[in-house]
Amino acid sequence: MLRVLTVLAALLLGALPAAGQTTPEVPLADAGLEARALALHREIRCLVCQNQSIAESNAELARDLRRLVRERLTAGDSDDEVTAYLVARYGDWVLLKPPFRAATALIWLAPILLLLLGGGLVVLWYRRGRRDAAAPEALAADERARLERLLSDGDAGA
Amino acid sequence: MSDEQAPRPRRLRFGFAGLPLVAFLALGAFLLHGLYLAPEEIPSALIGTTAPEFALPPIEGRPPGLATADLAGGVSLVNVFASWCITCRQEHPLLMRLMEEDVVTVHGLNYKDEPAAALGWLKRFGDPYDRVGADRNGRVGIDWGVYGVPESFLVDARGRIVCKHIGAISAHDLESKLLPAIRAAKAGEAVEC
Repeated sequence: MLRVLTVLAALLLGALPAAGQTTPEVPLADAGLEARALALHREIRCLVCQNQSIAESNAELARDLRRLVRERLTAGDSDDEVTAYLVARYGDWVLLKPPFRAATALIWLAPILLLLLGGGLVVLWYRRGRRDAAAPEALAADERARLERLLSDGDAGA
Repeated sequence: MSDEQAPRPRRLRFGFAGLPLVAFLALGAFLLHGLYLAPEEIPSALIGTTAPEFALPPIEGRPPGLATADLAGGVSLVNVFASWCITCRQEHPLLMRLMEEDVVTVHGLNYKDEPAAALGWLKRFGDPYDRVGADRNGRVGIDWGVYGVPESFLVDARGRIVCKHIGAISAHDLESKLLPAIRAAKAGEAVEC
């Protein structure tokens, strides 16, 4: 039984990568170039299925872009030149990691700002909690009178 | 009577208690705004730049082809289409009208299409195009920043891309966006779109 399951799992896993591809993609013969191509594929956003990289997407345009990246690298482009080539055509949008610019500053700084804000609130809250505990509210005149009355009543009863 | 002492600390505590409500409302406002955005429309990086350098052969049996040089000298609308594209049929009658009423020169970029299928499609629905370039492998499409079909680019008389429309052009898009842009481009004014 276990063996049957193993075989089935192996078959399924083997079939998965092939399912999305209509024509086979040829990896580059040069292992170093191919490694750079695959790394770039993971950084470039698929324009059709928006939150996938072109490495993950099986859209036709993603396949064209994967092929394009391999071509540019073979032609001698550096990684930055390849990304610049795509940004010139599709804008910063094509990068999964947006560059730090005035327009994107908020995206990058928001986690730090929120952490500072949250941390500040916690500190403030904690401090006030301690201050309240340390210095209990003084009793008002009528409260003190009532308290004394209650205490004296108690003495009388005992 | 004793209650009169209480309000000061209670009001301070309410300031903290109200914080999640304020945060929730702010988040809600952002999400509500998000409902009216169109994330599938990626702003073009090519607006204001000269049209990319390219030269495409015609669809076999339907000359002439389309090249960068053809875009200089007059305002034109470059329409990316394909016979396999269903929404292209939706905007097609409007492109026919632009041609028939001589509003603007319309060029076609036939994206990843079989020549026979493209010819059949133009015969069946009409041919609004002045020139059509056949982009069999989609490489010129990438140079134009195309990521779906149909897309349309308005090119001014100096060969610069001044406006891009993503998806099928509706009658409303034409009236409110493209026609004013075409008029401005023809008058040599700055195009807002």
